[in-house]
Amino acid sequence: MSTLVFLEHHGGAIQKGSLGVLARALAVGGDVAGVVVGHGVAEVAASAGAFGVATVYTVDGPDFEAPLPQPRVDALEAVAAASGAENILFAASVLSADIAAGLAARLDAGLNWDVTDIAIDGGKLTARRPALGDTVLVTVGWTSTPRIALVRSGSFEPVETGGTAAVHDVAVTPREFSTAARMVDQAHEEASGPSIEDADVIVAGGRGLGTPEGFRLAEELAAALGGAVAATRAVVDAGWYPYSTQVGQTGKSVSPKLYIALGISGAIQHKVGMQSSGTIVAINKDANAPIFDFADFGVVGDLNAVAPKLADLVRARKG
Amino acid sequence: MKIAVCVKQVPDTGPARKLDPVTNRLDRSGEGALNATDVNAVEEALRIKEAHGGEVVVVSFGPTRALDSLRKALAMGADRAVLISDEAAAGSDLVATSYALAKGLERESADLVLFGQQASDSDGAVLWAAVAERLRRPLVSQVAGLEIDGASVTGKRQTEFGYDVISAPLPAVVAVSDAINEPRYPSLKGIMGAKSKPTETLSLADIGAEADRVGASGSRTTVLELAPPPAKGDQIKIEDDGSAAEQLVEWLAGRKLL
Ligand SMILES: Cc1cc2nc3c(=O)[nH]c(=O)nc-3n(C[C@H](O)[C@H](O)[C@@H](O)COP(=O)(O)OP(=O)(O)OC[C@H]3O[C@@H](n4cnc5c(N)ncnc54)[C@H](O)[C@@H]3O)c2cc1C
Ligand SMILES: Cc1cc2nc3c(=O)[nH]c(=O)nc-3n(C[C@H](O)[C@H](O)[C@H](O)COP(=O)(O)OP(=O)(O)OC[C@H]3O[C@@H](n4cnc5c(N)ncnc54)[C@H](O)[C@@H]3O)c2cc1C
Repeated sequence: MSTLVFLEHHGGAIQKGSLGVLARALAVGGDVAGVVVGHGVAEVAASAGAFGVATVYTVDGPDFEAPLPQPRVDALEAVAAASGAENILFAASVLSADIAAGLAARLDAGLNWDVTDIAIDGGKLTARRPALGDTVLVTVGWTSTPRIALVRSGSFEPVETGGTAAVHDVAVTPREFSTAARMVDQAHEEASGPSIEDADVIVAGGRGLGTPEGFRLAEELAAALGGAVAATRAVVDAGWYPYSTQVGQTGKSVSPKLYIALGISGAIQHKVGMQSSGTIVAINKDANAPIFDFADFGVVGDLNAVAPKLADLVRARKG
Repeated sequence: MKIAVCVKQVPDTGPARKLDPVTNRLDRSGEGALNATDVNAVEEALRIKEAHGGEVVVVSFGPTRALDSLRKALAMGADRAVLISDEAAAGSDLVATSYALAKGLERESADLVLFGQQASDSDGAVLWAAVAERLRRPLVSQVAGLEIDGASVTGKRQTEFGYDVISAPLPAVVAVSDAINEPRYPSLKGIMGAKSKPTETLSLADIGAEADRVGASGSRTTVLELAPPPAKGDQIKIEDDGSAAEQLVEWLAGRKLL
């Protein structure tokens, strides 16, 4: 069985999520190769050797410089053909999801997403994945090859083994429509804020805070508890709170002792960034909000009533 | 400008969603609703139409009853609805869905094809990329801010590293995030008017799709087994009757979290 792992890189480093998937693929067995796409990436590709992979394919050139998905579909189609890969694995990211789905359509190949583990069953790849807000665990398979999987963030840790990788370049000319979209401004980090990764207590705010000013409630509660303030993508995208405070799949992964979610629905992409918190408290007015499925203490109610009272009581107790 | 908005009917959110243990497919027998983040895509389409003129058509691939959910988009202001529906289509995965939807979209040849953020039943957030590939059109996904002129679209989108700005010539495929706008509520007039707006239900044959590329036979993924998730620890959930803050503080203090 041969498996190709897409190694996403940024700023000269292969991403942790990709290296985690690589480690799992190597542990499961068969022939495993990596693939790195970009411009001037031979060195990045070779660096994967330290994580135990002996072969890394590259597709290298100016058309592949910007981290856009469509040229990478062309690149992976070519590498899949050159390597005869039966399985193609991606660590979920904004970029990888679009590549994986584009490739699935290009090759008429099955894509299973939200995969949290892989195994070999009767010589074939199978995968496990939670679904419907993690209320059911599903074993999934593919009816043809290549089998494509998107692995949920944080599922596997990288394993550094030492070693070197042979790098094979595959020449690819992207299709015309693949290069029609252009990167105008790349990875511009907006208004940085305080670090939330080391905080013992996090008060996170979502769209339920109502307005950017609503974040004052979160800030007051955080101040009372001696904690930091975090946010969901919905409010970061809306410009209510800085990008650096975002928790979730595209933001930070945090594991404070206490995580208090104010007006957050509990989308899977938020959950993956905070589910390892010691204790999770949620205040949400919708009794059906998914966040209550994984909160240790849930309050169904209006945060505008509960949060200020909570801050007062905490302050009073701390004297 | 002609804008096609892809929308999906999903089971109404709530705790009752489950997979059917016989078919291993999602149980869609309960109430259906227009997928929440698709409403943002409809809203964005209406704003573009208001600024640039043109037509907004909602396109969906799903069971015939999905038409009920499409009416909400019409009530918001979309001009007409197209539903691709066929007995043979049940159980379509991404490969099959993108094929059928792209066939339906080809028939419309819109300048702009819009998608929402993610279907709440599958949490896929991928369909746009497969459809853009099948249509051979440029893609800008996860867009939280969209600018449009007669010839191109420019979208701002978040990644793991900050914000990208991506530009693409029309015709293009764009997927929006749930933060891009505050969708309007349908007015009473809109709701009444929706009843007389044109809707079309098309079979696979109508859109020139090969039946064996759709449904279970056109799908490449399969569900092998269902299992309950790992057991959760003790959970407390209370309704605020004015004393929730007190109860929570006591509980936190008891766990030495203050
Ligand atoms: C619990 C569950 C898990 C699934 N997992 C997989 C899987 O791992 N692999 C797989 O191949 N299939 C899977 N499917 C099937 C998959 O949902 C459908 O094949 C399909 O519609 C693909 O898109 P999506 O629903 O994931 O949409 P997403 O990619 O989440 O939706 C993005 C946007 O696409 C538009 N859209 C979505 N569906 C339609 C539609 N039918 N018609 C028009 N526009 C639409 C909407 O604008 C939506 O906001 C799963 C389904 C369920 C219920
Ligand atoms: C590829 C991808 C990556 C993503 N990455 C991330 C990520 O890194 N982080 C992230 O957070 N999201 C991420 N998302 C987005 C995610 O899917 C959700 O859209 C987002 O988390 C929703 O944010 P929210 O909970 O603030 O808003 P909503 O989902 O709108 O929830 C608001 C909640 O507030 C409640 N509420 C409203 N008013 C009150 C009140 N007065 N009192 C109490 N409760 C109230 C409502 O009941 C609701 O549950 C990603 C999505 C995709 C597709």
